[in-house]
Amino acid sequence: MTHGHNHDHDHDPVTTAGEPVTAARVRALEELLVERGIVTRDELRERIDWLVSRSPADGARLVARAWIDDDFRQRLLTDAREAALELGLDPGPSPVVVALENTETVHHMVVCTLCSCYPRALLGPPPDWYKSLPYRSRAVSDPRSVLREFGLALADDTDLRVVDSTADMRYLVVPRRPVGTDSLDEDALAALVTRDSMIGVAEPLEPSG
Amino acid sequence: MSFAPGDAVLVCDRPHPGHHRTPRYLKGRRGTVERVHEQFLDPETRAYGADGEPPRRLYLVAFEMPELFSGYEGRPDDRLLVDVFEHWLEDAP
Repeated sequence: MTHGHNHDHDHDPVTTAGEPVTAARVRALEELLVERGIVTRDELRERIDWLVSRSPADGARLVARAWIDDDFRQRLLTDAREAALELGLDPGPSPVVVALENTETVHHMVVCTLCSCYPRALLGPPPDWYKSLPYRSRAVSDPRSVLREFGLALADDTDLRVVDSTADMRYLVVPRRPVGTDSLDEDALAALVTRDSMIGVAEPLEPSG
Repeated sequence: MSFAPGDAVLVCDRPHPGHHRTPRYLKGRRGTVERVHEQFLDPETRAYGADGEPPRRLYLVAFEMPELFSGYEGRPDDRLLVDVFEHWLEDAP
């Protein structure tokens, strides 16, 4: 008896109650990697903690700065990783982040049809729908109706660019600055920049008042 | 073989058992090189414990939506931009 009370029943292990098949597989892999000394449990924990500590607030800071500083905007579009470092943000282990700018005539949206590639360092963990099969397939074959489902009706004269991030590059959309925001400072602008607007399935929030 | 922005390319239409980063829906399709990215270690061998050498050049390739998907509902200039490794591209005739 190792846990302080007497009984004659079995306990389920902490991690397996109702565990989905994929989670069980991941856990089995994790056990093996640890057992063979390829990674330690603490290394895994550090990596997971880093992943969940990221948030779209970092991406929003990049966008807000680009809206108020045209030179920075150019640097962001040229090399988003350098631009993130310039603001003291952590662009993550992924070698290259590319920022794609929406304009009056071109709208970008991002998908990963193969898995769930996503600029996690600047946006945090991807939403579940981003990893879902319907989004991953329909975002390329029928993107305008997907955008309508997200509440975004593109203007008739706006061309759409769907970016399928299949490899080492990570894509971040720089949405258009909402009208009526001339008097807002950088922090107030950043608060309008949502995660979804940086994936390209929404516009930024409208300023209140 | 290397490509420059504006080059017309075909995505190789070959089966590849095992991990690779070329989506099936693009195989055999015609596109235009939009950007030339850096070189990256080859995911096809790295996935199986190898070192990924030699590195492979990655390109952002643009495909016209109406050409990719019959019955596509959108504008004729709508495009799909996809990262494709050099060894999956060939000159378009």
